Amino acid sequence: MIHRYIPKGDGEKEKMLETIGLTCMDDLFADIPDELRLKEPLDIPPAMSEIELLRHARKLGEKNSSLSTMTSFLGAGVYDHFVPLIIDHIISRSEFYTAYTPYQPEISQGTLQAIFEYQTLICRLTGMDISNASMYDGASAAAEALLIALSDKRKSDNVLISEGVHPQTLRVIRTYLHYRNVDIRVVPLKEGKTDLNAAKELVDEKTAGMLVQNPNFFGTLDDVSSFSEFCSDNKMVSVLSVDPISLALLEAPGKLGIDLVVGDGQSLGNGHNFGGPHFGFLAVKKKYMRKIPGRLVGISRDTNGKRAYVLTLQAREQHIRRHRATSNICSNMSLNALTASIYLNTLGKSGFREVASQSLSKAHYLYNGLLKTGAFQEVDSSPFFKEFRLKYNGCVGHLLRELRKRNILGGVDLGEYGHEGEILVAVTEKRTKEEMDQYIACVKEASA
Amino acid sequence: MKYYSTLIFELSKKGKRAFSMPALDVAPVEADILGSPLRSDLPLPEVSENELMRHYVNMSQGNYHIDGGFYPLGSCTMKYNPKINEDISRMHQLTDIHPLQPEETIQGTLQLLYELQKDLCTVAGMDAMTLQPAAGAHGELAGLMMIKSYHEKNREYERVKIIIPDSAHGTNPATASMVGFELVEIKSDENGLVDLDDLKKHLDEKVAGLMLTNPSTLGLFETHVREIADLVHDAGGLLYYDGANMNAIMGKARPGDMGFDVMHFNIHKTFSTPHGGGGPGAGPVGVKKILEPFLPVPRIEKEGEKYLLNGDYPDSIGKLRSFYGNYGVLLRAYAYIRSMGPDGLRESSEHAVLNANYLMNLLKDEYDLPHDLTCMHEFVLAGLKNPGDATTLDVAKRLLDYGFHPPTVYFPLIVREALMIEPTESESMQTLESFATAMKSIAKEAIESPELLKTAPSTTPTGRIDEVFAARSVILTYDDLLAFEEKQRE
Repeated sequence: MIHRYIPKGDGEKEKMLETIGLTCMDDLFADIPDELRLKEPLDIPPAMSEIELLRHARKLGEKNSSLSTMTSFLGAGVYDHFVPLIIDHIISRSEFYTAYTPYQPEISQGTLQAIFEYQTLICRLTGMDISNASMYDGASAAAEALLIALSDKRKSDNVLISEGVHPQTLRVIRTYLHYRNVDIRVVPLKEGKTDLNAAKELVDEKTAGMLVQNPNFFGTLDDVSSFSEFCSDNKMVSVLSVDPISLALLEAPGKLGIDLVVGDGQSLGNGHNFGGPHFGFLAVKKKYMRKIPGRLVGISRDTNGKRAYVLTLQAREQHIRRHRATSNICSNMSLNALTASIYLNTLGKSGFREVASQSLSKAHYLYNGLLKTGAFQEVDSSPFFKEFRLKYNGCVGHLLRELRKRNILGGVDLGEYGHEGEILVAVTEKRTKEEMDQYIACVKEASA
Repeated sequence: MKYYSTLIFELSKKGKRAFSMPALDVAPVEADILGSPLRSDLPLPEVSENELMRHYVNMSQGNYHIDGGFYPLGSCTMKYNPKINEDISRMHQLTDIHPLQPEETIQGTLQLLYELQKDLCTVAGMDAMTLQPAAGAHGELAGLMMIKSYHEKNREYERVKIIIPDSAHGTNPATASMVGFELVEIKSDENGLVDLDDLKKHLDEKVAGLMLTNPSTLGLFETHVREIADLVHDAGGLLYYDGANMNAIMGKARPGDMGFDVMHFNIHKTFSTPHGGGGPGAGPVGVKKILEPFLPVPRIEKEGEKYLLNGDYPDSIGKLRSFYGNYGVLLRAYAYIRSMGPDGLRESSEHAVLNANYLMNLLKDEYDLPHDLTCMHEFVLAGLKNPGDATTLDVAKRLLDYGFHPPTVYFPLIVREALMIEPTESESMQTLESFATAMKSIAKEAIESPELLKTAPSTTPTGRIDEVFAARSVILTYDDLLAFEEKQRE
């Protein structure tokens, strides 16, 4: 019986083989030397019907405890913001999700326009001039931004990275830069902010650029203006990694003198998905136009003078420039970037601000509530946005296990990142006062 | 399809909204508490929900897509995107999972990924697999980093050359540069295969490895692949397999058996996951034992009955992603492999190759076929036999008028006027024949009424688009557009 994904009727295979002068399927593979030809079927489980596969997938799902049944205060780069329902209705349209990369613009105007709108939205949020069509994630976007910085300064051989950058981002950057023999110098934090006095000791004439994350991994806010000033004083590229939601309230980094802005777009309407696919954004000032990696969509006109969207400035890309390309990126995260556009357009001017300010208010409610239990202490008094760290008087692992018994994922144990006894807690607009009160009550019980 | 170009920013009217939010149930905190410069204006659109839906539906109708028609794009493997895969990728218990949840709460997910690694190893003939890379090019990056780390571990720091055939995808040389390798391009012989003599010339103590696509981008199987592997290995290099064309050989032959040490899959090609207009994809990388210590971390492993994430590999190249890869895409690939089973995967490749040969046979009278051999899953034509003034670009644009997406054009670079055609197993005999009829009709038009080709397309939402204008005017945002229009008025 033929598989339902292979549209061949009775006798058609034979007829086609006959037309091309062959007698059996194996004749098609005659160029494969006999000793390389598989003689046995692949050792993988037999085919399942739809009914069986759905049942099998549900069983696997039952072995998880998902956020359908647990309340999450986990963040560290992936946040439980609400995803408006309209998003899935739009990205489930075959026209969007089953389309190829828009290399034939006359029949890809939908995808191209979506990317153009995305580029505009990202530029407006970040205050940059140019955004590409998306990167794999925030970490790889940060790594590629540093590669721009390195290519911008001749004979540069090192970069500075703030200790406040997400440890996973730092690890990805280390992977990317190791093979380019670039020295990575980590600038410590001081009272929650990147210590620019320490940076002065680390910078030299071969420093290509510096990366700061705001809000940083611990949730606290850095001094973006001083950072960008420091970079321009030292003739290097400033790269700021941001939580896009925070930009509903914070000044656009472009207006504070930043050269390149990157970040992870998960917060913008993308589900958790165990960490991917999300997308990364990378936006730059105009002077870096020829150095930006990835796809760009521009406006043009067709033969009749009608507005039309098209991929442009492709001479930077691997399929044209090959080994001289700005990056090897080809497939990006188009559908996730579309998701982000829909998200921003759904929330719009007032809704996006509301998401940010509710997250801010709720995070402070929980922060104060947890401090009041007496079981926690402040690590520093720096301002934070929607995520904060506290020092716990007992064992963080024990506390998290107790919370989990009540279906609460209480946060990230920072002991795993070298900060023993500290916990990182994220609060979004989705959390309710009731859920936070439960958290606080559970802390009181666990610490009693 | 329809023409729609109105931007969301042009629809925006102050005071409209498409969202609803519960009232704040705790004391409000003002943004001043952030102690940072605040934004005075948030320039996002304001539209209602129904206008938003209509905007996107109208926009979507400007797109060709696989659920609507045939994509004979060579090297892209545009096969059907099964619907159960989409449903499984939306099962909350499998997807509403935070990447930092404790391992005991994600056993189902880890089991699934573990099984997928195992199945991909089986299809590839490899010993171990990472699911972390986000796309094929990202997989190439991982693979070449592992090759470099391997040589560094052996203290062979002078191995700086990566050999790549001139028929390779652009990502291969671009990746070699990103990893800091020197690129050596080798020629193809008259059959489009690796020129062994040219290869031998470059095999010395500086060789780090060879990247190869097999079947090649011409759709031909490298019959000497074992010999090539021996030559490279004897010179101390390693072999990288670009998995873009895996759809030709599933269940028929395996890169691991051919002598390759490391390879990537393009999940969005071979394993049916949707292209999404340019992503997300996924690019798992498989390796032989010798490269296993260098795989990215964390690795997904099984200990007794428990699945876990293990980051404890000191020789690892490190992390390539914030977390573990494009799980949502991998879920779909898992569902696909389970739907197909071993026979289904093999039959997919067989029918992909059958379809390619059948279509090649239908087209070779009107189009120039430089390599008239049995092809694998794709073949390359060198334009029209009697083109008159018509170029491959004209043929491609005219195909749009016949309702077909054109093949890949002007690639591989070693064939002039290239039309690279890959029908996949997803197409019926009837679709292949209608496509061939359209191609033949265009061949006739090229002689009888060439203006139809030169002015094509005429039935699509837009006519041919002026790419030079786009590159010159550089309008990359709505704000650029406003500025451009302002300047025009002056």
